[in-house]
Amino acid sequence: MSAQPAAGRYRGPSAVGGDLHRFVNLTTTLAVSDFKLRFFGSALGYLWTLMRPLMLFGVLYLVFTEVVRFGDNVKNYPVYLLAAIVLFTFYGETSTRGVTSLVERENLLRKIRFPRLVIPLAVTLHSMFNLGLNLIVVFAFVLASGISPRVSWLELIPLVALLVVFATGTAMLLSALYVRYRDMQPIWEVVLQILFYASPVIYVTSALPDSIEREAMANPLTAILTQMRHALIDPSAPTAADAIGGGVRLLIPLAIVAVTFALGTWVFMREAPRIAENL
Amino acid sequence: MSLAASRPGETTARPAAGGPSAVTAIGVSKAFRLPHQRYSTLKERALHPFSSSTYDTLQALGDVSFDVGVGEFFGIVGRNGSGKSTLLKCLAGIYGVDSGEIRIDGRLSPFIELGVGFNPDLTARDNVMLNAIMLGLTRREARRRFDEIIEFAELQEFVDMKLKNYSSGMSVRLGFSVAIQVDADVLLVDEVLAVGDASFQRKCFDEFDRMRSERRTILFVTHDMNSVERFCDRAMLLEQGSMIALGAPDEVARGYNEVNFGQLASGGEGSELGAQLDARILKTWCENTAGERIVVAPQGETCIACIEVEFLKAIEEPLFVMSFRNEARQPIFKAHSAGQIVAGAFDAGDKATIRFSFENFLAPGRYTLTPEMAIWDPDYRLLDLRDDVAALIVEAANRSGGVADLPHRVEIERS
Repeated sequence: MSAQPAAGRYRGPSAVGGDLHRFVNLTTTLAVSDFKLRFFGSALGYLWTLMRPLMLFGVLYLVFTEVVRFGDNVKNYPVYLLAAIVLFTFYGETSTRGVTSLVERENLLRKIRFPRLVIPLAVTLHSMFNLGLNLIVVFAFVLASGISPRVSWLELIPLVALLVVFATGTAMLLSALYVRYRDMQPIWEVVLQILFYASPVIYVTSALPDSIEREAMANPLTAILTQMRHALIDPSAPTAADAIGGGVRLLIPLAIVAVTFALGTWVFMREAPRIAENL
Repeated sequence: MSLAASRPGETTARPAAGGPSAVTAIGVSKAFRLPHQRYSTLKERALHPFSSSTYDTLQALGDVSFDVGVGEFFGIVGRNGSGKSTLLKCLAGIYGVDSGEIRIDGRLSPFIELGVGFNPDLTARDNVMLNAIMLGLTRREARRRFDEIIEFAELQEFVDMKLKNYSSGMSVRLGFSVAIQVDADVLLVDEVLAVGDASFQRKCFDEFDRMRSERRTILFVTHDMNSVERFCDRAMLLEQGSMIALGAPDEVARGYNEVNFGQLASGGEGSELGAQLDARILKTWCENTAGERIVVAPQGETCIACIEVEFLKAIEEPLFVMSFRNEARQPIFKAHSAGQIVAGAFDAGDKATIRFSFENFLAPGRYTLTPEMAIWDPDYRLLDLRDDVAALIVEAANRSGGVADLPHRVEIERS
């Protein structure tokens, strides 16, 4: 609630605003209260958040180890499957909830002046809380399956950071677009479904035919999951650089993340002043 | 009520130009685009790539200019859809404006409605923290003022109850209590006085007086003319996005009543009794003794209710009745022509104006007029009747509580 320069006032509210402290305060408050609602809102509370990836894991695990016997020749396949599901769930949850986030907060947006970017960022933050809790389960699983801690586990930090940037960019872009185009939601559901199979969640990158392995690596999620496998689960698995055929080529998935984030920011900034009236 | 009495004369317009101004709007305009066919999906847009450019423009605000002084209570009134809330949102910076300039001196409260963002599934405690932070307090400030907020709302026993179990009055109280903690120089509030029960309302009024003494500026939107007259130093009336009055609250309140009921009052296009009329009522209105049409009539003066009628057949000895109903739709007063005058005979095509004059001792309030015309043929036969076709607003300095304020004397005889 700083005194903003009057010049900015009649163009409508901005995406970020001038008061960083209030911005951070608002984002965390919204994310925490959302998280609380999820946590205490139902009888099983947080268990549900945990159940979703675990149930998916259970089903996929049964199908691909018992029925299709796909995971037989992948070392520690169940652990990889769980870790990949958790990371993908983070991206999926952030982006899907991001799509409708502005419209769901219509009440706030139309009645209070605050930086608009708070809304999609609170969604990302909320998903990060869930990711953190889910990662605890992943690590428990990793240790339980006899993998001993290594320094390369630290690589997970930049990998998750990259994933967060990618998810945030997507959430910003989609939330701003959804205000204008209400069919973003079903479209995104389909795209996410495609992404799920296009990313190495139920399979591993090295199992792909060589002809498409490099192309598949252009997908940032594929690159992140591939590197995650190498760093966390199986040091003998190819790194992302190996899979794409040279470290320089890793710039392609990185560029996609950067472009998504930049595009999301640009679209959101452009739309921010008019979000309240277009809702 | 007593507050109004404690500030005699203060309700008259305080010249805003005299002191420094807190809020200045110069020629503010705002239009919304309303597409004829709303292409809100990509599919539709792809199917009709060129037709999406047709839209109506709704001029929500047109060239609104005003100036609110520091420490002033400024009311914004108008009918639904007149642009009040749009104006408030433009001032608050929630909407951008198309043209014009808004200048605000001092810190502006970032919210325009009480209890925004309250979540029914969170407890009062969580909601207060959330709301306070939304309104701009830091977490620490919010925690420090928490007790004060709950105490003001008188909800100490219910702090850990979920808001969905609160009554609507309780949650509005909570909203108000949080809102007054905001350290803003300029507060913009939408419909704030419709809160709580009588005792809480009293506290709110006291709070307003405190803010006034702290020279905070408050702009508020309301439909309640009583609170405008009670609190505002000045007020402005919006109608279809334009400012049509700006000045003393009592004048603006009168103007509001006129735009609100004026349409009705100037009417005459009431419901038809049937297709086959022998005579019909053309117009219904009120006027004063000078012959000017009025909607607002001061109590105690002569008021004249008029109808203009047209005869479609020859009619002898018609009767005319004018009924006045109050807002509770109780018939308060009926004026009859029968027994007062001999109407005589009318030919087909004749027109006549009938005037019912009376000393206006109706209690202050809003009345609707229902004229009727009938003949004895041989029983009472209605020729035409127009229900509630016109309105009359009676104004008086005091409200006695009765439905009529008959002139009376009081004597005391000691024995």
